Amino acid sequence: MFGKLTWDAIPFDQPIPLAAGALVIVVIVGVVAFIAVKGWIPYLWREWITSVDHKHIGIMYVTLAAVMLLRGFIDAIMMRSQQAIAFRSQGYLPPEHYNQIFSAHGTIMIFFVAMPFVIGLMNFVAPLQLGVRDVAFPTLNSVSFWLTATGALLVNLSLVVGEFSRTGWLPFPPLSELTYSPDVGVDYYLWAVQISGVGTLMTGVNFVTTILKIHAPGMTYMRMPVFCWTALASNLLIVAAFPVLTATLAMLTLDRYLGFHFFTNKAGGNVMMFMNLIWIWGHPEVYILVLPAFGVFSEVVSTFSRKPLFGYRSMVWATMAICVIAYMVWLHHFFTMGAGPNVNAVFGIASMIIAVPTGVKIFNWLFTMYGGRVHYATPMLWSIGFMVTFVIGGLTGVLVAVVPADFMLHNSLFQVAHFHNVIIGGVLFGAFAGYTFWFPKAFGFRLHEGWGKAAFWCWLIGFYLAFMPLYVVGLMGMTRRMQHYDVPEWRPWLLVAAVGAAVILAGILCQVAQLVVSIRHREELRDTTGDPWMGRALEWSTSSPPPAFNFAVLPRVESRDDYWRRARLAERGAGPTVEPIYRPIEMPRNSATGFVCAFFATFGGFGMIWQIWWLVAVSLLGAFATFVVFAWRDRTEYEIPADEVARIDRANRRARGEAVAPAGALS
Amino acid sequence: MTAFQAGAGYGDGRPEEARGPAAAVFDHADPASKRIIVGYGFWIFLLSDIVMFSAFFATYAVLVQETAGGPSGRDLFNLHNVAIETGCLLLSSFTCGLAAIGSRAHNGLMYYGGMAATCVLGLGFLGIEIHEFAGMIAQGAGPTRSAFLSAFFTLVGCHGLHVTLGILWLLTMVAQVFAKGYRADILRRVLCFALFWHTLDIIWVAIFTVVYLLGAGA
Repeated sequence: MFGKLTWDAIPFDQPIPLAAGALVIVVIVGVVAFIAVKGWIPYLWREWITSVDHKHIGIMYVTLAAVMLLRGFIDAIMMRSQQAIAFRSQGYLPPEHYNQIFSAHGTIMIFFVAMPFVIGLMNFVAPLQLGVRDVAFPTLNSVSFWLTATGALLVNLSLVVGEFSRTGWLPFPPLSELTYSPDVGVDYYLWAVQISGVGTLMTGVNFVTTILKIHAPGMTYMRMPVFCWTALASNLLIVAAFPVLTATLAMLTLDRYLGFHFFTNKAGGNVMMFMNLIWIWGHPEVYILVLPAFGVFSEVVSTFSRKPLFGYRSMVWATMAICVIAYMVWLHHFFTMGAGPNVNAVFGIASMIIAVPTGVKIFNWLFTMYGGRVHYATPMLWSIGFMVTFVIGGLTGVLVAVVPADFMLHNSLFQVAHFHNVIIGGVLFGAFAGYTFWFPKAFGFRLHEGWGKAAFWCWLIGFYLAFMPLYVVGLMGMTRRMQHYDVPEWRPWLLVAAVGAAVILAGILCQVAQLVVSIRHREELRDTTGDPWMGRALEWSTSSPPPAFNFAVLPRVESRDDYWRRARLAERGAGPTVEPIYRPIEMPRNSATGFVCAFFATFGGFGMIWQIWWLVAVSLLGAFATFVVFAWRDRTEYEIPADEVARIDRANRRARGEAVAPAGALS
Repeated sequence: MTAFQAGAGYGDGRPEEARGPAAAVFDHADPASKRIIVGYGFWIFLLSDIVMFSAFFATYAVLVQETAGGPSGRDLFNLHNVAIETGCLLLSSFTCGLAAIGSRAHNGLMYYGGMAATCVLGLGFLGIEIHEFAGMIAQGAGPTRSAFLSAFFTLVGCHGLHVTLGILWLLTMVAQVFAKGYRADILRRVLCFALFWHTLDIIWVAIFTVVYLLGAGA
């Protein structure tokens, strides 16, 4: 009846996961009960859960990422404290548990923090910057989000029911094969990542179509903000890379469930084929993450330097060059495979070449700042912290692209330091810069600057304390994923790294405080103008938060940084003052398809993990029925009457006028 | 007029003819029609599907020699059956094209007839494939026998799974046109279905060549 699922799956004998799981359940039940008591469920259902508005979906993505960041960070701090303690002792985490923790940490941070964070920013920002009202496929967008949430839910479920993978953040065979991992840990990994991966693929399809096909009038490709270009490149990579992940995980699933021989040790299976396939996805993945972050920095640096972005065309070309080369360097993740000097040389050189367009970008940002009037607001601090940190990470990346050096450094903590250097220093700092930069657009009030700056400095200092020592112990020969060790020379460095993790914790607490303080003081931080930073792209031309339809009348774009140009013209009293002719606007109706689909995906995934076949069958039927019901709808859109559009837009125009009329100081 | 009204003052909502010749330069960049957007998006999806198949093809190419002492393609493949399968599928692409034209012309005979023929040909294809698979498994050449057979069953089976889902989609589209008529959004779905079906044909041509012709000749 319940497949492999029995009461033994609940870890009654392991206090840490049980307590953590119990706490999570209590928090979730508490939050749901609080919402129900307050009577907010109808509001949540209407405005968020069934919403197909790209802005709401973007905010939900970022919220998911923030929550999962806390979860992933708890894993991180457990690992750092374990390695600080476990010198010539077992520490406090048994190997079984420690292995699950580093696997869960990597899986969560990549798939359920970094991915939803950048996809959330793209969701919120790209349609606004393109000057349009929604993405190409709004309901599909909602499905994508909810499938990602399903994956996150399954990973967290493994905390309480069963166990998580112990194979690292990528399930390398033969360890991940049934022979060596007979429990459900790897299955949790496979289905969580597979389901959320399908969601991500749909996002890729959706955004490639949106960015290439749906523009405001006059928004030609070479007028698009650089963030849109990087989002395009990132989504092209999603479309090209995620199907390979789907195929690879499907093969491992067939090996585990039906006894196939793709990656087994016998009957002709080829383990190294898994490495090739997974990294054909895995290397583009890091560019999928970092390219949108580059886009955020481009927006932030030009806005806070009060200058157009230096070298727009070279920025676009660099982005697209990275997009293509990203697909040609995967083998540098396993030079030690022994593919031979020629193959290794090709991939080593390609890996060095990809640093060139990245360098172009760094210089473009520096030249944008050069001669500008740089304002050191929090998003700009993140950007400068990024430039310094990322250059170090990039240099160590070029270092390990040198094949002989890689043979020495492979699988050492040097690698761990390198990719945290680029992922934290690049992706996460970019995500935080974007979060601070666009928060006022999403909610109509700014985030508190003081707490934001404190968070930045804690993160920056904490990052250097936590990861520079790992470069050193890596060079001293410490391999990654060690549950305990007995080399006294490593100990001081690992203690410093643990202190660094504590400083990062302080940074996260500052961010929580920043959010709480900002919400409490939202009236003082209120931005009625819709343009708190003297922004450049179209998202700042509408109100904050934007109305459901984004723009009462689609903007007509005549140049790059068109909004900035018009705003400066208007300052001098030029420009049109006539009110536009308002027309009714058709917007897509809400749909529960995404949520219902995720409901079935959760149970279907759970059924697959525990081999409860009837549950799988019911879930598949349910998912199909959901789509048929969706397809049977007669009315897919609703109309906002012209009067209503006029009322909302007039209020916005008035607020913009009043906000500057008395003081006139902001400009 | 202030700096901030500039944002709200974007666009003027006047009709094209009222804006004069200067407005003409914008027209090429006006939002594309829904049909174009849906078709374009579906093409992107199909490309991603082809990327997935290419991963299975690459795997097959790596593992094709790994028979682990078991049978190879030369021992197993029956080109006679494969020829019939290919005929079914290519013909079904033609009938699917007829159905797509019929849907656009609101021609019930052409649409339903085309879809019915496509469905029958698709089922015929699937029947032969299932028969082939069952025969191989019965003679001990199932997917667990060797890495070669794992790769074979996965690649060809993935295509078969696509055909199965395609037939499910086909039946849904027939029911939808029957219930709702030739509505614009339904016609867009028929267009996507046709694209999907033709793509399966293209993938089959690759399977026919890489797996069966090369395999039987090797």
